[in-house]
Amino acid sequence: MLKTFKIGGVHPPENKLSKDKKIEVLPLPKTVFIPVAQHIGAPATPVVKKGDEVKVGQVIAQSSSFVSTNIHSSVSGKVTKVDFSADSSGYPKQGIFITVEGDEWVEGIDRSEDLVKEISVDGPEIVKKIQEAGIVGLGGATFPTHVKLVPPKGMKAEVLLINGVECEPYLTSDHRLMLEKADEIMVGIQLLMKAMGVDKAVIGIENNKPDAIKLLNEKCADYNGVSVQALKVQYPQGGEKQLINAVTGKEVPSGALPIAVGAVVSNVGTAFAVYEAIQKNKPLFERVVTVTGKGVEKPSNFMVRVGTATSELIEAAGGLPENTGKIISGGPMMGRAIASLDVPVTKGTSGLLLMQEEESKREEIQACIRCSRCTSVCPMGLEPYLLMTLGEKQIFERAENERIMDCIECGSCSYTCPSSRPLLDYIRFGKGKVGAMIRSRKK
Amino acid sequence: MSKLLTVSPSPHVHSSESTQKIMLRVVYAMIPAMIWGIYMFGLDAVRVGLISVLSCLAIEFLIQKYVMKVKPSLTDGSALITGVLLAFNVPVSLPWWIIIIGAIAAMGVGKLSFGGLGSNVFNPALVGRVFLLISFPVQMTSWPVTRMMDVDAVSAATPLAIIKEGIKNGIPVSQLQGLPNLSDMAIGFNHGSMGEISALLLVLGGLYMLWKKVITWQTPVSILLTVLVVSGIFWMINPEMYVNPVYHIFTGGLMLGAIFMATDMVTSPMTGKGQLIYGFGIGLITISIRMFGAYPEGISFAILIMNAFVPLINMYVKPKRFGGQ
Repeated sequence: MLKTFKIGGVHPPENKLSKDKKIEVLPLPKTVFIPVAQHIGAPATPVVKKGDEVKVGQVIAQSSSFVSTNIHSSVSGKVTKVDFSADSSGYPKQGIFITVEGDEWVEGIDRSEDLVKEISVDGPEIVKKIQEAGIVGLGGATFPTHVKLVPPKGMKAEVLLINGVECEPYLTSDHRLMLEKADEIMVGIQLLMKAMGVDKAVIGIENNKPDAIKLLNEKCADYNGVSVQALKVQYPQGGEKQLINAVTGKEVPSGALPIAVGAVVSNVGTAFAVYEAIQKNKPLFERVVTVTGKGVEKPSNFMVRVGTATSELIEAAGGLPENTGKIISGGPMMGRAIASLDVPVTKGTSGLLLMQEEESKREEIQACIRCSRCTSVCPMGLEPYLLMTLGEKQIFERAENERIMDCIECGSCSYTCPSSRPLLDYIRFGKGKVGAMIRSRKK
Repeated sequence: MSKLLTVSPSPHVHSSESTQKIMLRVVYAMIPAMIWGIYMFGLDAVRVGLISVLSCLAIEFLIQKYVMKVKPSLTDGSALITGVLLAFNVPVSLPWWIIIIGAIAAMGVGKLSFGGLGSNVFNPALVGRVFLLISFPVQMTSWPVTRMMDVDAVSAATPLAIIKEGIKNGIPVSQLQGLPNLSDMAIGFNHGSMGEISALLLVLGGLYMLWKKVITWQTPVSILLTVLVVSGIFWMINPEMYVNPVYHIFTGGLMLGAIFMATDMVTSPMTGKGQLIYGFGIGLITISIRMFGAYPEGISFAILIMNAFVPLINMYVKPKRFGGQ
């Protein structure tokens, strides 16, 4: 039986152009720029300086607090500078520039393709290694994984949910990973289960990936406690709260974390990274990135070293099409439009979407006709038209009461609005203001 | 790189929906009833329709351009709907100048004085209709003959008017003269305004709008159910004084109102629950006016009264929030 989340949702055209393209290893770039803040939480502190020789997998920036994580070099070569440059947010961020020389890895990393099924470490050891390996949520949120695995006092994890939904149109990196690294993902899931101390894991996959559902279902026979749940295609099912609702039927209370209903959610990419970190001793410094778009000559899935410039990926996919109007880091619903081709791939980059000139422009804003489509598609049960007005008119106390902070910024409201109103833009503005209000109250 | 990239916040894609498409679907849904009106009333129906639509469009254009000094929005299709609905709601014998006054009341007072599309509190076509009903009671209640009638007749009473006369004069339902039978009324062999006479074709349009997601079921269903249940209770108490509840459903402007007027997005509640309350209110007021009021029909007043409650309903009836309180 197909399941899905209970409130709202939309179904944009899927456009999974690269779903049949095998993951290719992208050739090594000549230089990389590795930001020290690739995760939610405190930026890591650089521990190398200009002129230092580094190897692949070496720590180049150290985790600075519990909610933070290590950054490893993705290449071997010489550090040219530690400086600021724009990442996908558009703001200059501190990072390490390295000129690539050869491909020399630190000792102890198992570079073979052999599957290591035997788990020889205990739970706390797994958490420690995940923290050291710099693993973050690879679905895009980039929350440090080790933090999730240690529940706050008084709470207990009951089930691990693995996010193989990939509900964003165009993106196929998780889909390809499930097809090509199924066993590795399964072992990664076992490791996460052991770290959390749970005996049940469910992989949620949308029904538009029948091959992945079938393959992982077959694999489940070999791995205890893991099952696959097929889901009806519905955006934003990859949202943590929506996935929990779809699979378990539970609703994470407003303002609470998933652990409040006993769930921890991890992406399939994260499970793969956990496998590599523990079974192969390989820290997180590369990931799968989809490069796609209607004008792209060869839509592809690449295994990319972190820090590689956007331009290199576009080149490998056939070059920048003449009429490119917008480049998005991530998917079309929640991704960020980037301003420069120098923006590096980071741990959270799931895809690059090249939009053509005519797709890049927003339509003319018309009057709200109160059709209530925004309200009916909102997966959080909010009233976007009202929140937009409250943002516009700067009535922030009322916006807080109307639960503006519950908004997950999935964009379903703006997507669906027949009058092309910039609902989410104003809701974001309101969230910023209300968030500041709440923080100042706590002081 | 030589050219600049567009940078804007997500989402970067938009559904193919537009205001214009939604409005046009409403117009398509009205076509069957329109054709039936023309079939029954002849060229007079075309005359009323054209005058109403053209004057609604012209008034919107003139007020937006010369009074509000904004870009005229004729292409959004909303003035077209008001024009057709106003024509649907009047007798086809109405003189041209009264139709234009109705259009001025509908567009000028009902819509643009509030700020135009999306800002109006009341259904514009109904503002026009009620304005005319109060200002020109004779012309607005003289119903022309249809092709089904005796050629000697010059005007006819609507079923609701016959029923109201019966109530006023204490004539039992079974002795009322001139009431069409139920199946004739459902199909549309009936008297009344151009657009209201065929319940079946209006339902057909409603089903099309439901399918195209232009309307939701809550408003029309709650209106019709309320009328059915309330009139049913009275009918069971005294069937000689009150007509069969099914008769109420198929007669007068109830179908037109429930399917095309009360469901107007701009002037109806935002949530399904809110729409149920709104529809219940409309049904209750309609049947109260029909049974106890001065006018034979009450759907127009009922919708306008409940329109005024919509902001209040929206304030207190919230969608089900994810994650409870």
